[in-house]
Amino acid sequence: MRIDLTDTTASKINKALVQGRRAIGTPAVGMVLTLVIVTDEENAYDSIKAAEEASHEHPSRTLVVIKRHPRNLRDRTRSHLDAEVRVGSEAGTGETVVLRMYGEVSEHADSVVLPLLLPDAPVVVWWPVDAPDDPAGDPLGALAQRRITDLYAVERPMETLERRVRTYAPGDTDLAWTRLTLWRSMLAAALDQARVPVTSATVEAEADNPAAELLARWLEARLHVTVDRVITDGPVVTAVRLGTANGEIVIDRPEGPIATMTLPDQPPRSLALKVRSTSELIAEELRRLDADEMYAIALRGEAGKETPVHV
Amino acid sequence: MSEDLPAETVGETKATKEAKETEAAREAAGPLHAQQAEESRAAGAPKAGKSSRSARAGKKSGAAGATKGVKADEKPVEPVAPLDWSNPLRDPQDRRLPRIAGPSGLVIFGVTGDLSRRKLMPAVYDLANRGLLPPGFSLVGFARRDWENQDFAEVVHDAVKEHARTPFREEVWQQLAEGMRFIPGDFDDDEAFEQLRKAVQELDTSRGTSGNYAFYLSVPPKFFPKVVQQLKKHGLTDAPEGSWRRAVIEKPFGHDLGSARELNALVHEVFDPEQVFRIDHYLGKETVQNILALRFANQMYEPIWNRSYVDHVQITMAEDIGIGGRAGYYDGIGAARDVIQNHLLQLMALTAMEEPAAFDARSLLTEKLKVLRAVRLPDDLGAHTVRGQYEGGWQGGAQVPGYLEEEGIDPASTTDTYAAIKLGIDNRRWAGVPFYLRTGKRLGRRVTEIAVVFQRAPHSPFDSTATEELGENAIVIRVQPDEGMTVRFGSKVPGTSMEIRDVSMDFAYGESFTESSPEAYERLILDVLLGDANLFPRHQEVEESWRILDPIEEYWSTHGKPAQYASGGWGPREADEMLARDGRSWRRP
Repeated sequence: MRIDLTDTTASKINKALVQGRRAIGTPAVGMVLTLVIVTDEENAYDSIKAAEEASHEHPSRTLVVIKRHPRNLRDRTRSHLDAEVRVGSEAGTGETVVLRMYGEVSEHADSVVLPLLLPDAPVVVWWPVDAPDDPAGDPLGALAQRRITDLYAVERPMETLERRVRTYAPGDTDLAWTRLTLWRSMLAAALDQARVPVTSATVEAEADNPAAELLARWLEARLHVTVDRVITDGPVVTAVRLGTANGEIVIDRPEGPIATMTLPDQPPRSLALKVRSTSELIAEELRRLDADEMYAIALRGEAGKETPVHV
Repeated sequence: MSEDLPAETVGETKATKEAKETEAAREAAGPLHAQQAEESRAAGAPKAGKSSRSARAGKKSGAAGATKGVKADEKPVEPVAPLDWSNPLRDPQDRRLPRIAGPSGLVIFGVTGDLSRRKLMPAVYDLANRGLLPPGFSLVGFARRDWENQDFAEVVHDAVKEHARTPFREEVWQQLAEGMRFIPGDFDDDEAFEQLRKAVQELDTSRGTSGNYAFYLSVPPKFFPKVVQQLKKHGLTDAPEGSWRRAVIEKPFGHDLGSARELNALVHEVFDPEQVFRIDHYLGKETVQNILALRFANQMYEPIWNRSYVDHVQITMAEDIGIGGRAGYYDGIGAARDVIQNHLLQLMALTAMEEPAAFDARSLLTEKLKVLRAVRLPDDLGAHTVRGQYEGGWQGGAQVPGYLEEEGIDPASTTDTYAAIKLGIDNRRWAGVPFYLRTGKRLGRRVTEIAVVFQRAPHSPFDSTATEELGENAIVIRVQPDEGMTVRFGSKVPGTSMEIRDVSMDFAYGESFTESSPEAYERLILDVLLGDANLFPRHQEVEESWRILDPIEEYWSTHGKPAQYASGGWGPREADEMLARDGRSWRRP
């Protein structure tokens, strides 16, 4: 069911949530986390949909913070908060509150969000677009254990990437990194089989792809080799080549979801290596709620010289 | 449980099965576990701070478990490599990377059977879809069918489309289909096994399976000797240097201690005991593994988990179906051998065991064996065990035949379709606490649960009218369906008078971790390929369980007849009387 509240406050929203749950007959549900989505009106629909799909795996309270910029001056100065409370079938397996903030209140979104967080449960903030320069320093980001940004949704990904390196705080993560998990696990599996030291590496990808850059940095940090970046037509990452004394290990995905893996002295094999949907990426992100240390290492690359102590 | 049935038997009798029963059986395994590490971490999510540490520890011990098997049989599981080699791309901190099985293949005997189509093939696909199978994974089918590789692939395709848990993806299918082979033949057909050997060799070169194979014997036990001997004869059990060969077998593991020993001897003659994986799909279930998490990861349950607080424990596995078309298998075996010997005693062992030193196969085995060895049978078997047979009648709105009227059953059969037994555990923790185990067919509904029932409060300040409706506190672990846990306790009824009534507090997997629970078989097959034996009963446990059950079966065979009970109810009156004698009663699950 859906309850609309205009010109409201957090305590009225809390009341509406209890009322909504009572009405559908589930006074308490086992929600495991609060997901705060900070977005604009344009991206709200897709983000909510992805979060709802992900909520099948992680029942959560989703708070969607939309900052509105009214056209006329009078509305712009009048500060108010509208809310839409969705429970039951309208909100996946959890509950969703869409918060639309006008005027000054949008500068104080954290004051609205804080009373609506689930007791005890972890908080995740996700900026599908327009992530702040310093996610951990952001008032909303500061409430969260985990802060999800997306380098694919920025205009100059490489510049933003450098900024992320500087502002990294434990708990930060990026969907560009999440997109690499399949690649990384296949590369690790390839090396499991080859069992030889890697002497050189190449990442082939479309130009200015932040995921490719993260992949290259990860390989540099882990393999202690210089990784060549080769620009191709894409889509996204098209191949990774690891040079070894016995020959080359190649995972090649020229197009489509099927990749080919070639190991020295072994027949080539095909692998399913598809590009995953946002909801799958978010579901993966929500599985871990502690800091992703490997992301930090990949982000800093070899420059950070941050080799984990226990290998 | 019909899905426990050796696959070929089911396949042959499939036509006689009621659609309803297939449905019930399909559900029977229920959802279960994801990559253990991942899920337990999701479970620990609310206490994010601490979970990271324990999760890492879990992973480490998992790895230790895997290598332990290696030490025992002194054969490295991984291909030859410098000993100090560790994959630089893997790191314990990097918990996104899943546990992927090493290069390997799976050979299924009896691949045309029901179990294979309903559970094994979909599980293999689901694993592939989740990216947990190694590149080049190969699936070899062996059965008495005149098929080509592509016919086999088509059968798998259909099975996957119909039964897989995860959505069908063409690219995953392609990856999998390239590695499918089919070997037609009988089990005594030397030529077929020769062909199998060649296929395995061919896959090693064309797919890079590195000589690692698991042989899944989804065949009736009478064929075990034949298949195992043939594998040995054709050199299929000799793992090349640095690789492994494993055997996967399904219950029944014998029908008494003697036959179980025989079977174990036979299999161990060919496969190392450490390389034999016995499937008890209950142990692959999320809730069953959660018993360990519940007991040993929390502080609040363990202090009361003993004779000072627990009054008794009831472990129930009820089915609403009859024996269906399984007369040939079931008659002469009965409920106690079919269910109590393996599933219920395993559940009991997990509920009652002490904390293992580590979460690895060896430590778990040690603790489970300790409990099983401490099991004491009641002195008067007649008063504390009950067996029964269902009568014809009405169940859930449908008319059903009685056991003795089922097709293929001897009208004078004394096979039990219901069994209830009382066991004691002679150790400091449990002395004097009875464990009641019951199982039956055609009962009220399909349910498996463990109920730990607590003693009443030693003193109540409330007068007796206030607590009239207050029962005993209980923790109920719902294994299936609706996996989860219920805590029952008394609470004041709203209003002016003091009145206390039982209420339930509920945790459901379906609520907290929906849809990500994999099927039991997914988890178990992956564990076989990884060589992780945590969730597989070892032969010592199987033999110990028979030692417990044999005297009861012996007593039953010489004393009286099974009690008759109405279909759709909760078992014979004698079972209620059995508990009434102890001043207790069965829970209605």
